[in-house]
Amino acid sequence: MRPTASRLLNILVPVKRTIDYAVKIRVNPDQKGVDLNVKHSMNPFDEIAVEEAVRLREKLKDAVKSIKVVTVGPPKAAETLRTALAMGADSGIHVEIPDSAPAPEPLGVAKALRAVIEKESGGVDLVILGKQAIDDDQGQTGQMLAGLLDWPQATFASKVVVDAGKKEANVTREIDGGLQEVKAKLPLIITTDLRCVSLRSLSVQWLILNSLHHSLNEPRYASLPNIMKAKKKPIQKLTPADLGIDLTPRIETIKVSEPAKRVGGGKVESVDELIAKLKEAGITAVKA
Amino acid sequence: MPQNATRLRVLALYKELHRLGREYPDAGYNFHGKLRGLFEKNRHLKDDKEIERAIALGEYIRNETLALYSLRKYRHLKRMYPDQSLTDPFHDPPPPPPKIT
Repeated sequence: MRPTASRLLNILVPVKRTIDYAVKIRVNPDQKGVDLNVKHSMNPFDEIAVEEAVRLREKLKDAVKSIKVVTVGPPKAAETLRTALAMGADSGIHVEIPDSAPAPEPLGVAKALRAVIEKESGGVDLVILGKQAIDDDQGQTGQMLAGLLDWPQATFASKVVVDAGKKEANVTREIDGGLQEVKAKLPLIITTDLRCVSLRSLSVQWLILNSLHHSLNEPRYASLPNIMKAKKKPIQKLTPADLGIDLTPRIETIKVSEPAKRVGGGKVESVDELIAKLKEAGITAVKA
Repeated sequence: MPQNATRLRVLALYKELHRLGREYPDAGYNFHGKLRGLFEKNRHLKDDKEIERAIALGEYIRNETLALYSLRKYRHLKRMYPDQSLTDPFHDPPPPPPKIT
C-alpha cells in the first residue's frame, strides 16, 4: 500500500563518540577526569538507535526518505559518523568542536540538535537517540530536546511501530515493573533501550544467535564493503557558531573517583563455622 | 575470468576476517595466526565445489565472530544497566530468586 503522507519521513539519529565499552576506565591522578587516551567507539545505545532507524526503513520502505546521523564532537568524531554510514545511514552532519574544548553537555547538545533540525529544509519527523551515553550516563539529551522543540517523546523504547500514512507511532517503553505502550503523533523523539529479550535460558541464547545470523545478512554491521561505500556518503561540517549556539559548560566537575574497592570474603575452617557465619548473616536453614 | 572473480572473493573475505580479528576479546587466542594458516592450507584447491565449500566455511566463521561480538556487547550492557535499579531509594530492590525447597 503506498503511503499517503504528504511528505516522506526524514529520520535523524544523533550519535556520540565515547570510550569503548570494553575498556577498563582509569581515573586521572588529578581526580578531575578519566584517561581518554584509550580506544573510543560509538555509544552502544546509539548503535541500537541507528539499527532501529535502518530497521524502520526496511519495514516502511519508500516511506522513509532519508536517515541522517549527526554528532557534536572533536574532529575524530567523524569516524563515528562513518561507522553509522556504514551501518546504513545516508548522510552525516558533524558539528565540530576543537580537541581542546570540554566535552559538550546534554543541554548544549540538545540546543545544537534543535538548531540542526530547524536548518533541515526537508524537516525532521523522527529523532531516535540512545537512552544514555555510557561515559557520562546522563540520559538527558533526548528529553531536553523534546522540551526545547515542544515535541512528544517516547523514551526507553523497546519496540517502535510507525504508521507513515497516519504520521503516528506506537512505542513500547520499558518502565519499572513492566512495559508501557504509548501512541504519539510525529514529529517525535524516541530514545532506545536495550531490546527487551531475556537471555537467561540457553535455548533463547541459541535463538538470538540464529536471529543475529539472519539480521547480519543485512548491511547492519560495518562490513568492509559497507565501510568502502560509506566513504562516498556526504558529511556536512558545521561549527557551533554556524548554528548560533554556545556550548560553554554550565556544570563544573569537582571530583572523579573510583568506586570503593570490593572487600574480600573470609575463609572458614569447618562446616559448623560456615553455618554459624550464615546464621549471623541472617540466612536461615531450609527444611530438608 | 571466473578464476579471477573467485580469487577476489577469497581476498575480500580474508581482509574482512583479518579486520574482525583485531577486536577479538581473548588475547590468548591466535586469531590472525589461525586465519592465515587455514587460508594457506587451502591455497592449492582446484575443484570449484571444494572452493565454494571453503568460502562458505569462511563466511560462517565471519558470521559467528560477528554474533560473538554482538552478544558480548549485549551481555555487558545488560549487566551494567539492569532492568531495575539496585540503589533506587524510591523503590524496593528486585525480588530475590525463589527459594528451592
